[in-house]
Amino acid sequence: MSLTNEEVKKIAHLARLRVNEDDLPTYAGNLSGILALVEQMNNVDTQGIVPMAHPQDASQRLRDDVVSENDQRERFQAIAPQTEAGLYLVPKVIE
Amino acid sequence: MEWESVIGLEIHAQLATSSKIFSGASTAYGAVPNTQACAVDLGMPGVLPVLNQKAVLMAAKFGIAVEAEIARRSVFARKNYFYPDLPKGYQISQFELPVVGKGKLDVMLEDGSTKTIGITRAHLEEDAGKSLHEDFHGMTGIDLNRAGTPLLEIVSEPDIRSAKEAVAYMKKIHSMVRYLEICDGNMQEGSFRCDANVSVRPKGQKEFGTRAEIKNLNSFRFVERAINHEIERQIDLIEGGDKVVQETRLYDSDKGETRSMRSKEEANDYRYFPDPDLLPLEITEEMLESVRATMPELPDGKRQRFVSEYDLNEYDATVLTASRELADFYEATLRFSDADPKLVANWVMGEFSAALNNDAIEIADSPVNPEMLGGMLTRITDNTISGKIAKEVFEAMWAGEGAADDIIEKKGLKQITDSGAIEAMIDEIIANNPQQLEQFRAGKEKLFGFFVGQAMKASGGKANPAQVNDILKRKLKG
Repeated sequence: MSLTNEEVKKIAHLARLRVNEDDLPTYAGNLSGILALVEQMNNVDTQGIVPMAHPQDASQRLRDDVVSENDQRERFQAIAPQTEAGLYLVPKVIE
Repeated sequence: MEWESVIGLEIHAQLATSSKIFSGASTAYGAVPNTQACAVDLGMPGVLPVLNQKAVLMAAKFGIAVEAEIARRSVFARKNYFYPDLPKGYQISQFELPVVGKGKLDVMLEDGSTKTIGITRAHLEEDAGKSLHEDFHGMTGIDLNRAGTPLLEIVSEPDIRSAKEAVAYMKKIHSMVRYLEICDGNMQEGSFRCDANVSVRPKGQKEFGTRAEIKNLNSFRFVERAINHEIERQIDLIEGGDKVVQETRLYDSDKGETRSMRSKEEANDYRYFPDPDLLPLEITEEMLESVRATMPELPDGKRQRFVSEYDLNEYDATVLTASRELADFYEATLRFSDADPKLVANWVMGEFSAALNNDAIEIADSPVNPEMLGGMLTRITDNTISGKIAKEVFEAMWAGEGAADDIIEKKGLKQITDSGAIEAMIDEIIANNPQQLEQFRAGKEKLFGFFVGQAMKASGGKANPAQVNDILKRKLKG
């Protein structure tokens, strides 16, 4: 599978990455190479094999429903670019 | 042309856990902004999500209630999009393998018929934070207290055919999650909300039309209005020669209309993939057993039992079992009284529910408890008071004037059942109204009501109505 420049542009946009128009062919080539590598796995017969999530066949550990975190807002907000009235401020977003 | 609408709902129910789905921060509503947003909720580097067991059990409980398959193994996925109320840049949700599979729910429609609505799936996910668009010097304020609150997203099949059906289905799910005690159902606080997928097609056509998704419906009334508006909009478009565009629309409750939310180039492309931070979720037989052991009686079972055990009609049983609180109140009142179940039903659905509505309060805050109401209904049954006087007693109880017996005693409301006294009173009324008596005997039978009214008035409403009727019938014949 090989990606077009347009597809690379779309992927970059979805990931909010700014890509120079001139670099598009390079990225398209590199990404297509990765996809080609992965594609080789299509040749393996995986019928009847359960996908592996963890080498030791572990499953998700669960925690009890207990409140264990206390308020550390001041410390978090000390590293935020802008806050007001306890809120994090971000560039205006309107739907 | 005759059109048919096709509707599917996605209901988001906040699960009533104390802590968040992947962190130990509190989920309590209404806290000071960002005081319940911990490092995990903020998406700080290096943090790892750890799944809340109670949220999993609550999802399983819902699955059992709608007769769905509970996935023994389900997977969490990342749904990728950028929005400031979602600091990680993705929402942890479930995609290919949700925890609850196909199920179904019977919904009673307005005409009394029952319709089965299919449930496609229900999956666990985390809620996002809140954006406040008031003016912060041209910026948006973000409160992440809600970020990470567990949600159960319940997706219906496109089985719904009208706005009214959609509301009936949503109300049933609402009642169900409250029966199960997995969601408080508080729509004002956003604990229970819904998106609607709406399309129209010519009646008889098999293929679905292009659908629009309406977001942000947080009341039953808005669901009905928004869907009806959207159906009309789509029919107008098609009949005018245009096409419906697949898009997300937002319901504006002030204007009563929907408007387009996202432009085309922003078309949803969430690039789901399994979250490498979370292993597959396994639900063991032991866990399922523990859930089954806590299953309460569900609305449908309770309704049927009310019909068979208390001899109520379907309508009464449906109203009384719509919420667990009301059903419990009814049964408790029954236990505290010697009254007929139908009489108790009439009072719980009538005066009691009306009083709650009037004061806009919940059953838990009612000034009249089952013991008080039951005590009063016993006094109707043993003829101490009439149904009419009971309303006066009820109002006094509601106002905090004490138990029924005290009020009856203090206000002298005891019913007059002494037939001699009633007869004397009626004789006097007949003597004072010779004209009406003559007309009645001439065949104007409607005047019977006039005499009953006079008798009740003369006794201050306290004469036993059945006795008044009997005696009047006898005396008026002459």
